[in-house]
Amino acid sequence: MDEKTLIAKRVALELMDGDLVNLGIGLPTLVARYVPAGRHVFFQSENGIVGMSGPITGAENHDLTDAGGSPISALPGAASFDSALSFGLIRGGHLDVTVLGGLQVDREGRLANWMVPGKMVPGMGGAMDLVTGARRVIVAMQHSAKGEAKIVERCTLPLTSVRRVDLVVTDLAVIEPTDAGLVLKETAPGVTVEQVIANTGCELIIAPDLRSMPIEG
Amino acid sequence: MKNKLISLEDAVARIPDGASLLIGGFMAVGGPNRLVDELIRQGKRDLTIIANDTARPNNGLGKLVVEKLVRRVVTSHIGLNPETQKQMISGAIEVELVPQGTLAERIRAGGVGLGGVLTPTGVGTTVEEGKRKVEIDGVPYLLEMPIKADFALVAAKQADLYGNLTYALTARNFNPLMTMAGATVIAEAEDILPVGCIPPDAVMTPSVLVDYIVAATPR
Repeated sequence: MDEKTLIAKRVALELMDGDLVNLGIGLPTLVARYVPAGRHVFFQSENGIVGMSGPITGAENHDLTDAGGSPISALPGAASFDSALSFGLIRGGHLDVTVLGGLQVDREGRLANWMVPGKMVPGMGGAMDLVTGARRVIVAMQHSAKGEAKIVERCTLPLTSVRRVDLVVTDLAVIEPTDAGLVLKETAPGVTVEQVIANTGCELIIAPDLRSMPIEG
Repeated sequence: MKNKLISLEDAVARIPDGASLLIGGFMAVGGPNRLVDELIRQGKRDLTIIANDTARPNNGLGKLVVEKLVRRVVTSHIGLNPETQKQMISGAIEVELVPQGTLAERIRAGGVGLGGVLTPTGVGTTVEEGKRKVEIDGVPYLLEMPIKADFALVAAKQADLYGNLTYALTARNFNPLMTMAGATVIAEAEDILPVGCIPPDAVMTPSVLVDYIVAATPR
């Protein structure tokens, strides 16, 4: 299993029956494929739909896409609406879970994921509203990038929100930000605590009930 | 009553250089793409564009940026149009980045006569720079100002000859909000229907907001 699949499968276990969920572009999109059997989840796309399918080929409708502009379909029971209502769902506390990619997460659980000054300035799109307003924020990202830790003492990149995220799922670990700091809850299959610590840029609290990710190869 | 259905050329000829334009669409889906192409053909310049994103260089309003007709952009996302980023870094174009939900509410506020909106989005980030913070019941909010523009260019699925509009699926996005906030509203519609064909409950933008209707495909 490649690292992205592992992350997507682990995040999918967090989604509960009946949840309204927004998946960010890129890695988070993969999560939709691994929703556990028997759980019905509604996926929202911020361009104005609840009840979207994953990306489709064939039978494309030029008026029906995800937030990246890729064709999708509307599942039975779907609803479409304008951008104010869409962000009303997000900001107003009606969205159960948002899953986003990350550039950095710091010891206080704060996320930076929208720009690298001087290098990449794509704009925040809906990310700031999602992190501010969703009931649960899950960050799905690689643990480190080009050998550099992405989980750090303090974000050096501009923050997406000052709100503490609820869970960070990486290819090495599951980490929960708390009042006391970042708690290492799970390690990926075959990964040791020492490996996680060596690839993390700040102190981790080892959970007393630390376990291996409940994912089978 | 005046005839709102006019030619594409006539509609765009009413837009002067330097105008501010609210342009509907999300990655050009639900964008008034024929009106945009005509802005380029008529060489309108120094435009201020308020839109969700700047699409891609070869798509929708992304082409306005490539043609260097834009002076200022207010938008939430420019990541898929490298030309916008390039012109921003070189200083050729001024870009104000606004969180997407905040952009929607600022436009809505402009259109419905509110003095601004209070949002928690952006508090403690670079977005709060220069903005007034208001605390309500101990929670900090940013005061975000309303947005209005000289014109709103929107795309509809259906228009009747009075200018009642409907939109399809995710092509709705910012369009209905923008029809409230443009001083002059030009709607590009796929289907243009006799008055009475759109049932009252199905109308998403009431006709009184729309000044001109243009066909989305040449007829």
